[in-house]
Amino acid sequence: MRSFLPPRLLASPCAKILGWTLVAAVLFFPFFVLQAVDQNGVMSLAAFTYRPYLLAVFGVFLALCGVFFLPAPLRALGQSCPDFAVSDVQKKGLQVLLVVGLLILPLVSNRAELDLATVVLLSIALAWGMTIVVGYAGLLDLGYIAFYAVGAYAYALLSTGYGVSFWAALPLCALLPAVLAFLVGFPILRLRGDYFAIVTLGFAEIVRTLLINAQSITGGPNGVAEIPRPTLFGWGAADLDERMMMLYVLALAWAAVVYGLMRRLRVLPLGRAWEALREDEIAARSLGVNVHRMKLSAHVIGAMIAGICGAFFAAKQGFVSPESFTFLDTAFLLAMVVLGGMGSPWGVALAAILIVALPEVSRSFADYRMLFFGMVMVLVMIFRPGGFATARRPSVLYKPASGEQPS
Amino acid sequence: MLELGYFLQQCLNGLSLGMLYGLIALGYTMVYGIVGMINFAHGEIFMISAFLAFLAFVGLQDAGVMSITLCVLGMFLFSMAITAVYGYALEAVAYKPLRSAPRLAPLITAIGMSILFQNFVQLTQGAQVKALPPLLTGTNVLGMFDHFAVTLSDTQIVLFISTVVTAVVLYAVIHKTPLGRAQRACAQDAKMASLLGISVNRVIAITFMMGAVGAAVAGVMVTLYYGVLDFYMGFLVGMKAFTAAVLGGIGSLEGALLGGVLLGLIETLWSAYFGADYKNVAAFGVLIFVLMVRPSGLLGRPTLEKV
Repeated sequence: MRSFLPPRLLASPCAKILGWTLVAAVLFFPFFVLQAVDQNGVMSLAAFTYRPYLLAVFGVFLALCGVFFLPAPLRALGQSCPDFAVSDVQKKGLQVLLVVGLLILPLVSNRAELDLATVVLLSIALAWGMTIVVGYAGLLDLGYIAFYAVGAYAYALLSTGYGVSFWAALPLCALLPAVLAFLVGFPILRLRGDYFAIVTLGFAEIVRTLLINAQSITGGPNGVAEIPRPTLFGWGAADLDERMMMLYVLALAWAAVVYGLMRRLRVLPLGRAWEALREDEIAARSLGVNVHRMKLSAHVIGAMIAGICGAFFAAKQGFVSPESFTFLDTAFLLAMVVLGGMGSPWGVALAAILIVALPEVSRSFADYRMLFFGMVMVLVMIFRPGGFATARRPSVLYKPASGEQPS
Repeated sequence: MLELGYFLQQCLNGLSLGMLYGLIALGYTMVYGIVGMINFAHGEIFMISAFLAFLAFVGLQDAGVMSITLCVLGMFLFSMAITAVYGYALEAVAYKPLRSAPRLAPLITAIGMSILFQNFVQLTQGAQVKALPPLLTGTNVLGMFDHFAVTLSDTQIVLFISTVVTAVVLYAVIHKTPLGRAQRACAQDAKMASLLGISVNRVIAITFMMGAVGAAVAGVMVTLYYGVLDFYMGFLVGMKAFTAAVLGGIGSLEGALLGGVLLGLIETLWSAYFGADYKNVAAFGVLIFVLMVRPSGLLGRPTLEKV
């Protein structure tokens, strides 16, 4: 494969800029300049629809991706960004501040803000659940949303159809996804990782198809409405404010439970086995880790958390439909986990806040927000491939006994 | 319902759908063979190519080109050329900077690029579904079975021919040319190939472009065959095509086509006899079953684990 131009010319920045301008022109010409419009039932081209803003956005995006010039200095900047290097005292202070902030939030915020905070907390809990599967055990589960859907529908159908209370339904909402995860995972987890990804993707699609088509049970595309809100000892049903407060408190408590679970699991032998097989499956197996059983346990525990998150979601919305459980939702979750740094709870929480709250805040340019979202996903990955919190701190440290000198 | 004619007709329709899947699956399987990752944005490349074909068609009609042959040819050339550039740009923007990144990072950029492509097309072309009048309207009766005429439409003939030509060309490139030798070398061991003087980056870029051309053929054919497109069509079709690639054995060209045809047949026959509601369930059910019995797909070779 010889090229016709001298290599030095091709490697020069000028040639690169020229080449990519040409490429960009070819890419954008048909879509920017030509637009098919319906004129009385006959399609014809409306030429030269001029879109300067969109063009500028794409120019900046391509430039930032580093296709025009050498991105090395820029990228080094991104990678050398301090890794949230905070001391233990600062960390404690931040945590106390955060907890106090979360506790007084319902007292100072209006309904819309409280609602958004509840959504964010539930998303964080769900993203943490997925972190166990994807971040700890390294299983690329592209159908995680299906277990969320099963939990949500389980509570919705049990409460509307059989009058089961929220707290009585909760164990079932965890059990059902767990059994499903076991049945799906058992044969498939023996295979290589990518096959697991595609099978879970297919599984999510199957679940969604069933939800849409089994009209007599699930209500089809219309979903299930008028799901009763949870109450605790008679509290939480008096008026809208009390109900929202109740949901916020529940979401906060549940997020705290998942956080505790994550921290505990990570230092248990189970969590260490997950990390070992994520880093090197063959090495883990030769050290005596039962790989299949460990993968299955991560998958099932992740599904249980997703199921309970689903029940909370159904209780919060009061309405579920297959619309809420598409692949895009899995993609958003995965983005939270990976952008957050694969296994760092605070990084994942930060990414979840950004991903859930930003589109809500930026409603003013609604048309462009998904476009920006896609671009930001690409750019963050290019500049920080490991996510926001990249450091892989060892979860087990050798502590020298007293008297022994650390080497 | 269990008539021979009906069955044969459904088989032909399934074969057509399967070839579309197979054409897109070629791109998945080639990229996976060389880079070892799922190019999740490939479905959107297909969607883009269908829109390009659509724009080319409308443009040619506006320009007053009446000859159907010229029209179809123009659609193919326009769509294939620009889609190839899209494949190149996708690789350069989303995958090239992440060659040495953690395994999941390129997946996230791929999802980001999918969202980007979808919204790009939605913003510039509008969100409503585009419908196209059928361009090739002729049908040929192949035979009569109990008063049921089995027909093969002109569009299907064009689809069969273009699929076979694309597959043969890709096969020839990979097995008979220096470029193909470089591609096979990179698939076996990219580091070793680069030590031997192969520009791995260039080979990967060309592979993405070849895959995009395959998707473009499918995009043009979808425009001609169904004539209905929207900016969201890439997702499900891309997922099915990837399923086809895995079904046939990922990394093998023949496997991609075989998997595509099988998937198309399963889907069409299931719809014909059991209704269209659960055709996706059937398709993915077969995938799960095949993977359980033959983890490397129908024509794939079992991979050795390297330490």
